[in-house]
Amino acid sequence: MAAKQSALSRALDDRHLLGLIFMLPAAALLLLFLTYPLGLGTYLGFTDTKIGRGGVWIGLENFEFLWGDEVTRLALFNTLFYTTIASVIKFGLGLWLALLLNKHLPFKAFFRAVVLLPFIVPTALSAIAFWWIYDSQFSIISWALMRMGLIHQYIDFLGEPWMARFSTIAANIWRGVPFVAITLLAGLQTISPSYYEAASLDGASPLQQFRYVTLPLLTPIIAVVMTFSVLFTFTDFQLIYVLTRGGPLNATHLMATLSFQRAIPGGSLGEGAAIATAMVPFLLAAILVSYFGLQRRAWQQGGTDK
Amino acid sequence: MSASNAAPEVVDSQGMGYLVSLPRRIVTVYVPLGAFLFVLLFPFYWMVITTFKPNEELLSREGNPFWVKNPTLAHIKKLLFDTAYPDWLWNTVLVSVVATALSLFASVLAAYAIERLRFKGARYVGMSIFLAYLVPPSILFIPLAAIIYKLQLFDTRLALILTYPTFLIPFCTWLLMGYFKSIPFELEECALIDGASRLQILVKIILPLAVPGLISAGIFAFTLSWNEFIYALTFISSSEVKTVPVAVVTELVEGDVYHWGSLMAGALLGSLPVAVLYSFFVEYYVSGLTGAVKE
Repeated sequence: MAAKQSALSRALDDRHLLGLIFMLPAAALLLLFLTYPLGLGTYLGFTDTKIGRGGVWIGLENFEFLWGDEVTRLALFNTLFYTTIASVIKFGLGLWLALLLNKHLPFKAFFRAVVLLPFIVPTALSAIAFWWIYDSQFSIISWALMRMGLIHQYIDFLGEPWMARFSTIAANIWRGVPFVAITLLAGLQTISPSYYEAASLDGASPLQQFRYVTLPLLTPIIAVVMTFSVLFTFTDFQLIYVLTRGGPLNATHLMATLSFQRAIPGGSLGEGAAIATAMVPFLLAAILVSYFGLQRRAWQQGGTDK
Repeated sequence: MSASNAAPEVVDSQGMGYLVSLPRRIVTVYVPLGAFLFVLLFPFYWMVITTFKPNEELLSREGNPFWVKNPTLAHIKKLLFDTAYPDWLWNTVLVSVVATALSLFASVLAAYAIERLRFKGARYVGMSIFLAYLVPPSILFIPLAAIIYKLQLFDTRLALILTYPTFLIPFCTWLLMGYFKSIPFELEECALIDGASRLQILVKIILPLAVPGLISAGIFAFTLSWNEFIYALTFISSSEVKTVPVAVVTELVEGDVYHWGSLMAGALLGSLPVAVLYSFFVEYYVSGLTGAVKE
């Protein structure tokens, strides 16, 4: 009995064996519900599976069909448009807000806490608030603009293709700016004030200080933050689903919402999975960008003698 | 001049901020900051105002829409007594708490194994955990729906409890690895010499030192589960097992007449728990957010 116990405890002190045992719960959950579905999703994309009916292998047929499908092409365009515009503006506004919050302010901690609210509240619920703000008859924005005399009839924010695109992008920016700002702010706070003092003694203007001190030191974290931001935006679903469900005339359908619509209400699991699979190359591209961003970080750390 | 200076003015204020005059500070700092705060907070203000506005005021274009003349609790009352809202809240709490606890348990063990036990292949496992963090739910929900259906978990809370860890575990593990890394190895070595087992070391030495990390990971995981939408929308179809975000969107929006008052009340009540929790643990939340990105 004693010998058996010590054998067991010795086995448990072997770090390789114990390491594997400790990995078990996480590995089991991730393999079953993440790795396996990732593979299954790719496979489903090559089949004609419908809800309630197993499919057969049909090769590239789904992708060929989708390539010729007007709606899918439109969704791809919308996704790229949505991601590009929203990410660029989120970066600009986020960096600006981070710079503002990095200044010496009264109630700084309070401001920082409040700014992050849009990010922590469930997106589906804040999207409903936007839906109400964008209402075609009772929109508060239209009301205010009318009162100021800037417009003469209520704006149909979600009823007209381009207007709907920009309205959803605005809501996405509203939700995304706090994330960008707070993470960039954390990066800004790691930059030592002595660099700015040295730069200003050398006669650098605030603009030059930003260009030659802040920006280079912030690049690695910008790379990571923007990769995450692009990933979130590219695969966005909730906001569109709540605000427009892809309408009007599919003008706001993103690949994620189209994939949902074809697969779940439409029942064509295979086709939906093919759309989802088609998103993967874009995501990989975004991750590679982040990888090279991180590479640069190592070089920079050597360069700044940290 | 002032336009080009507005953004780049990063001169650390503790150092040289005194050189900037007050009127200039107002234009370059307080006005833009005020505009940001107004836009970022307005939707919440609007949610609150709409929640307490009686229907007549909601649908009239007269008067000042930014204020309530006769505040009413009718929308909240309708929500709590005429809909299944309390059930939805309970489902959300249950699913979020259990999924968070499950993920924390699995993540603590995994992070300790990867970071401190350094078993063979730990580095590759660590990297694949990071990659798993980057897999978005939008490309997983279709195959997951098929799997959930096969496991006969469709339309159950268990389906959500088991699938939420797919995005919680990578995040928590990654965050905790960073915390464990900062704990000196000497502490563990001392304990090993004194005859402690690895499990004792984890429970009695590492975990107490990593409490801030555990809180960060826990808060973050809880809000992520609370906010989850696409899995809950896909895997659940009966009203009584829905979570708040999905139920508000699918159950309260019926027909062409939108009951804005109760919709906003639903959005407000569904946002409050995370907002309150967040307000108590802001620092932990922010360090979780930035820690995960910075690593």
